[in-house]
Amino acid sequence: MQASRPVSLATRGLRKDFERPAVDGLDLTIYGGEFYCLLGPNGAGKTTTLRMVVGLLKPDAGSIAIDGIDALKRPEEAKQVTAWLSDEPMIYDKLTPYEYLEFVAGLWRIDAATAQARARELIGWLGLEEQAHTRCEGFSKGMRQKVALAGALVHDPRLIILDEPLTGLDAGSARLVKNVLRERVARGGTVIMTTHILEVAERMADRIGVIAHGRLIAEGTLEELRVKTGAGVASLEDTFLALVADVAAA
Amino acid sequence: MSAPATLTWLAGHELRLGWRDLTSLMTAGGRRQRNAILAFIVFVIAMHAFAQWVVRGYASLDVDADTVTFVTITSTLLLSWALLLSQAMESVTRIFYSRSDLDLILTSPVSARKVFAVRMARIAAGAAMIALLLASPFINVLAWHGGVRWLAAYGVVAAMAAAATAFALTLTIALFRLIGARRTRLIAQILAAVIGAGFVIGLQILAIFSGGTLSRIAALHSPWLLAHVPDAGSVAWLPARAILGDGVALIAVALAALVILGIAIILFSARFGEHALAAAGVSAATVRQRRRSLHFRPRSPASALRRKEWLLLWRDPWLVSQTLMQILYLLPPAILLYVTFRHGTNAFVVLIPVVVMAAGQLAGGLAWLSISGEDAPDLVATAPVSPARVLTAKIEAVLGGVALVFAPLTVLLAFESVYAALVMALGIVAATAAATFIQICFRAQARRSQFRRRHTSSRIATFAEAFSSVAWAATAAVAAGPSWLAVIPMAIALLILLGIWVVRPRSA
Repeated sequence: MQASRPVSLATRGLRKDFERPAVDGLDLTIYGGEFYCLLGPNGAGKTTTLRMVVGLLKPDAGSIAIDGIDALKRPEEAKQVTAWLSDEPMIYDKLTPYEYLEFVAGLWRIDAATAQARARELIGWLGLEEQAHTRCEGFSKGMRQKVALAGALVHDPRLIILDEPLTGLDAGSARLVKNVLRERVARGGTVIMTTHILEVAERMADRIGVIAHGRLIAEGTLEELRVKTGAGVASLEDTFLALVADVAAA
Repeated sequence: MSAPATLTWLAGHELRLGWRDLTSLMTAGGRRQRNAILAFIVFVIAMHAFAQWVVRGYASLDVDADTVTFVTITSTLLLSWALLLSQAMESVTRIFYSRSDLDLILTSPVSARKVFAVRMARIAAGAAMIALLLASPFINVLAWHGGVRWLAAYGVVAAMAAAATAFALTLTIALFRLIGARRTRLIAQILAAVIGAGFVIGLQILAIFSGGTLSRIAALHSPWLLAHVPDAGSVAWLPARAILGDGVALIAVALAALVILGIAIILFSARFGEHALAAAGVSAATVRQRRRSLHFRPRSPASALRRKEWLLLWRDPWLVSQTLMQILYLLPPAILLYVTFRHGTNAFVVLIPVVVMAAGQLAGGLAWLSISGEDAPDLVATAPVSPARVLTAKIEAVLGGVALVFAPLTVLLAFESVYAALVMALGIVAATAAATFIQICFRAQARRSQFRRRHTSSRIATFAEAFSSVAWAATAAVAAGPSWLAVIPMAIALLILLGIWVVRPRSA
């Protein structure tokens, strides 16, 4: 069934060394309209992989295609359809959320009227109306993450890549972020997310990729991963630990 | 080893932190220790050579000097003290507004008063250390040629640091109580910078009005001033006497400074923690913008980037004060220009190098903020805009800022001499381009709040920026002459840029 779906992200032989291989010949295929969670222990190469995909790091070898666009040869075209959100929201303290969104819309060359309508909608969804005209400098981590998320969505990306977006968020903010992401997937967007909160991956992901030592060691739905480890009805946590333990033992 | 939580134990802890701060600052975080030691040795030798040239002739002065000598020494001390006060205010403000170990201190069973008393003493010690380091070549040269009595100057410098710290504490806490935590940060930092520059500027303005020159000495020796200062026996000259080796004067000055510092510590240490807590909470304050309508304007990526740079700078008064502080130094030349126009002479040529140098310095600061000081680097890097276009937009933002400041002055000069205005404009463009080029070669990602520490990231860039500005200023000055000899400083300026290109980090 997946073979008939458009490929949103494809990496082939992706490699990056930092004294030792951080990403080691990674092949990933993620389909349009899919919620994909990338799991792995600390230092497995998840963030390095995603930073290469969004153009923040240059791979030593391999290829990256986003919506069929060669992201290494035509980076600007690939970036036009991609959004990136890291665990540490980087926004401008001296701008208000509206001004931040206006800036992002300018960078992505979004028509002002369209961007304005989307910004209004996002500000409403994320419950930022009260703070919409307040400078971000006094915002909590959760509010900053919401502003950054709004920035990631204002240009209506087809591929959203998030690195630990729920770290440090309170329960309400985390639920809001999850709802927004689910809604994007329902509208045909693709979400790739790393997380250490395995319950989130268990409940939200269509497919899960497990990465260790820079290599993809397992991939599939939760059921498929359970079968692979022979874990029966075990939780994702047990399945994940079993997979990682196998690699460590090898 | 002293028992935990005693004054000596706390002092040891503060000393260790202070030392690590200093070494980290000098070695760019410990990465360039060998280079730092070498640079330090070169600096010490160069400073001694400079001191030999500047103060050797004064080594024979003795305690029974005349009023003119006392005025000269005292005003030099006042100038140095203003800089010390400025430095101490910076330190006090920094300690006030950085949360760092505040929670740990205030939740520990150690008396907070004791901890803050030690911390205040550390500020004084830090100020004294820097002052002694800078003054030592001059004192050593004077002692070498004029005898060991000159070593008393070390005591005077330490006393000045203690007094400066006491005044800095008093001023900052007074501001805190008068205008509150939020405004104190900005006002104290601006005040610190103005105090640092104020004395020199004041003297120059006085000099311009009294003699139409920029010479400070001329103002200090003016008959009007000499007629209004106390006679040679006055206590006002005690610091000057102490410098010249009068032991009694030295004891009096040292005791006075220690008493002043002691009183400040006793008065303020009890409530320092309370103030620091209030100051640390300031960052959570909210600022609402007036703009209420949600109306996005159509913008290209370059225009969005330029606007963002200008908006961020405009909304950060601290950054504005830091970057525009060089403009303060334009005040005396601006007044000189006024005096020149009034008397119909052509001394405005003096204005050109000053303006060109200020432009280079301002451009260096703005270029760092725009090119290196990006608070959302991931956002800009993942936007569908080529890095070259991003860089171009940021350079345009720098040029716009410099043009805004210097264009009116250039136009004003053009009314007097089109040629001089043209030379000044070209000098401004060259100095700005050179400073921006240096920042591009040595760009390193940082947060805008690290602006004050930008000089530590690359000593080479810092010195190159300064020398480049001086070289372009010299070029403009000679060209305004007018003289073809301007090609010599211009060649030096270009060689500096070539050197920067050769030694630039390859990752940049």
